[in-house]
Amino acid sequence: MWNLLQFELFKTFKKPRTYIAFGAITAIVFLIQLALLVNGKEYVQFILSSVDETLLIPYSKITNGYWICFAILNLLLIHVPILVALVSGDIIAGEANAGTLRLLLTKPVSRTKLLIVKFLACVVYTLILLVWMAFLSLFVSVLLFGTNDLVVAKEFEMVQIEKADVLWRYFAAFGFAAIALIVVAALSFFLSSISENSIGPIVATVSIIIVLTILSEMRIPIYDNTIKPYLFTTHMLGWKGFFYIDANANGQTITGSVNNLSAVFKSLGILIVYIIIFTGSAIYTFNRKDILS
Amino acid sequence: MQHVIEVKNLTKNFKDIIAVNDLSFKVYEGDVYGFLGQNGAGKSTTIRMLLTLIKPTSGSISIFGKDLFSNREEILRNTGSIIEKPDLYNYLTAYENVAFLAKLSGKVASRSSIMEFLQMVGLSERAHSKVKTFSQGMKQRLGIAVALVHNPSLIILDEPTNGLDPQGIADTRELIKDLSYQHGKTVMISSHLLSEIELIANRILIIHKGKKIVEGSSEELLDPAKTLVEIRTTDDISAKNILLSSEWSNNLKTVKGEKILLQMDKMHVPALISYLVQNNISILSAEPRHSLEDYFLSITTPETHVEPAAV
Repeated sequence: MWNLLQFELFKTFKKPRTYIAFGAITAIVFLIQLALLVNGKEYVQFILSSVDETLLIPYSKITNGYWICFAILNLLLIHVPILVALVSGDIIAGEANAGTLRLLLTKPVSRTKLLIVKFLACVVYTLILLVWMAFLSLFVSVLLFGTNDLVVAKEFEMVQIEKADVLWRYFAAFGFAAIALIVVAALSFFLSSISENSIGPIVATVSIIIVLTILSEMRIPIYDNTIKPYLFTTHMLGWKGFFYIDANANGQTITGSVNNLSAVFKSLGILIVYIIIFTGSAIYTFNRKDILS
Repeated sequence: MQHVIEVKNLTKNFKDIIAVNDLSFKVYEGDVYGFLGQNGAGKSTTIRMLLTLIKPTSGSISIFGKDLFSNREEILRNTGSIIEKPDLYNYLTAYENVAFLAKLSGKVASRSSIMEFLQMVGLSERAHSKVKTFSQGMKQRLGIAVALVHNPSLIILDEPTNGLDPQGIADTRELIKDLSYQHGKTVMISSHLLSEIELIANRILIIHKGKKIVEGSSEELLDPAKTLVEIRTTDDISAKNILLSSEWSNNLKTVKGEKILLQMDKMHVPALISYLVQNNISILSAEPRHSLEDYFLSITTPETHVEPAAV
């Protein structure tokens, strides 16, 4: 199994397309950091314009490394799934298209084991991509902008989290985001297992995510209690829950608290169920498939 | 002699299309088994079933005396193959391809043994070049190295000379002979170059539209006593009548079309010509069809399908 995983990772990181995502994330994060370094105050004024008149906003304190990381994650975690699909959508279908899938399947390795290893390779790629993103958005931002309390805008309120209470929340949020992105990897992996070329699964994954994200974001009662709670896209942004903090009767935030931890765990559970369904379906269908490519 | 492959009543349907139809055959230890058929005859489907890429609709396959699908990994560990064209990892080097695929076959090949195999197929100087820079012939040779590197005792080759130049074809032929005669490997080989099969196979199976047409040793199928002789005359109808009323009638095959075909020992062709000339038949040509390719075409091409003579 290790030989197979080693081979899969070796192949994955030998392909130029693997590095497209790293390049894209590096470019986007760099551009955001540069923009906020130059026009950070104006940007914060713009996004907080509705509460600007009622609150005294300490702009210089807000635009710190933690806040910039939060802003980057808000922007990026919706788009990173597209980058994840680039590799996981290609991992089986790309080999079918190139003819190397039949080469692999004539080796003494079971199809189930091969698929598990290929999925693990997708997971490793997703995690490395996320670590790279965390490094750029959190550590480079902290180096460039320093640290301070984190001010997060909720729907109808502002939440201020003490500086010392922030870092663990990022680790938890990145952990959650890893699971969310692995759901996307599992979806495109499943589509890859039933396809003969990699374009189809990549486009299909992106399309499904766009459609489901729109459904998740729509505030229409007919969907709110019927399909929305079960869509994985509804739960993919559950990482934000780690930044919604409890407050005491005096309105002071409680260090180390998470406002609705059970909802975060529920989202996590639903995402894990999706990973199992997509991966299980891929293994089931692939084991019954005739390799004609 | 012990059989290495035993196929019984193998059938594969793709919806309404019967790709392989009740096919049975055996490949014995040490055989170079030629597997012939026109395009679409079901050769590749059969080979894919032998390599577990396609599941049969019905029938059974046993290799090394064990059921293929219950003992898949054990059997594939001892099997090397090329299917149609050797699609390898173009973005990896020749060395990387051989090394990793050997590992997957359960063999950790040393650097020297990998280089030895690359040397054997004439690619040692390009060991560290990416495969995408290789010609089709070089890829074919690399595919052979990948198929052999884990030292399998059964080698299944589907069109192994595709894309090779004449020297490459000759080298591959020698390699297959060497694998069989010097190393005792069992080789099953399909090829559209029928003359290649004729030169290397000791046993031959011909299939057509998924069904077995004929199976036997090369000696039997290429027996000079069973040579097909095609006669062309100025008056084929009279010639056929004369032959039907003579001792040659047992040799005569009626043919769809205008040809006169006789199955006979080619040493008796001069006597046949003399007999026809004595009966005032002018001969335009008498052509012995002794090669396997002619034999293959005669039984698989509808226009020249041979049927027993109505005596």
